[in-house]
Amino acid sequence: MSENTPPVMTAHRAGLVGCRSCGRVWPEDTAICARCHAKLYKPDRRRLQLVWAWLAAGMICYIPANLFPMMKTQTFAGLSGSSEATIVEGVIELIHYGSYDIALVVFVASIVVPIAKFVAIIWLGVVAGKPATVEDAHSRLRIYEVVEFIGRWSMIDVFVVAILSALVQLGFVVSIHPGPAAVSFALSVAFTMLSAQSFDPRLIWRGLPLHSSKNVNGTE
Amino acid sequence: MTGGNYDLKTGEGLIACPRCDALHIEEELNEGETARCVRCGTVLAKPRGGAFVQIIALSLTSVLLLVGAIFFPFLEISRMGFGNATSLFGVALAFAEGPLLPLVLAVLAMVIGLPITRAFLLLYTLVPLAKGRPPHKYAADAFRISEELRPWSMAEIFVIGTAVALVKVAGLAQVHLGPAFWAFCALILVNAASRGFMCQTTIWDEIEDAGLKTDGREQVPGE
Repeated sequence: MSENTPPVMTAHRAGLVGCRSCGRVWPEDTAICARCHAKLYKPDRRRLQLVWAWLAAGMICYIPANLFPMMKTQTFAGLSGSSEATIVEGVIELIHYGSYDIALVVFVASIVVPIAKFVAIIWLGVVAGKPATVEDAHSRLRIYEVVEFIGRWSMIDVFVVAILSALVQLGFVVSIHPGPAAVSFALSVAFTMLSAQSFDPRLIWRGLPLHSSKNVNGTE
Repeated sequence: MTGGNYDLKTGEGLIACPRCDALHIEEELNEGETARCVRCGTVLAKPRGGAFVQIIALSLTSVLLLVGAIFFPFLEISRMGFGNATSLFGVALAFAEGPLLPLVLAVLAMVIGLPITRAFLLLYTLVPLAKGRPPHKYAADAFRISEELRPWSMAEIFVIGTAVALVKVAGLAQVHLGPAFWAFCALILVNAASRGFMCQTTIWDEIEDAGLKTDGREQVPGE
């Protein structure tokens, strides 16, 4: 444990650029990493445009995903009724069956996580590169890591619809068909994942004042 | 010890943290050691002994499991004498009606295509390295693409989706789990193990040191 942390030198301050795929460091104007062939780019707020663009696409797709039915259940060839359920109705149906735990999984994966992700990405995009303390930076990075990790789990509901509509094809008795919301929900999840991936976490740390760790020493 | 030999002009011998851009001097770690970024704590390297052979074995296992998972029945249901069994292709083909067709391809890709592709890319990269031979021509691209595809390969999410689907179906009909379902459960464990052995930095260093043509700047560390 070093009590006297020296100021952190970054690739950007040294006039270099680090490869985010393999870690190699190159002179600032290099375009492609010669080791892993990934594109090199500097931590720059202008790249946030990518984040905003994918996020907008994801949020737009999330609207029809909630308005249209995820799946359509037909019992006795529609004679004893066919029902269409949107995401929210699906959750309510599960609660009626008494399977509260599964209802919670679907509710969290299809409603809480997507909305929390929209909010988190907007917030990260707004504060990225703005002044911050070391503690702020750590908590922002933590939030970024959570968003990055959790995004793909929203696909659960799409898989549920896929499995159910393949499986429940008992001809006359009961059959389940996927609805249009399944597609727009899948797209929404995919776009939000791309948005989170295009966020550059190095921006979080660019907001730190130069030699911040030196100043913070005495107060910690 | 090969650390300390770096150049701030060209970036030689340096490593930048992918999460916070902090510069570190490259050092060869001993097996079992873990290097973390001084600023944000991201793991930069954690070489493990025999990791390549383990990852190769686990990749082969996951290919076998996935091939089995495609052809064996996944779930079967029955009610009032009507029965239906479905394999994974059946699951994806459920979307084959009209405008939902693109989702067929996406689901198939995320559940089967990408995990198999990743396994083959890893084998392509690691088999020559484990044998001590020079890497294949496109080893660097193969490994980079394999890492980029990681978040899109969703076998484990599919299993949780199955669990939810089972509960929903339980009221409608009787359900039997097929061998393909268990193959997927095994796949989760295999993937987790493979992840535990994987150290990207070590693999990049090995690709470089084993003589992949980069820019002639690589230095084979002399002990």
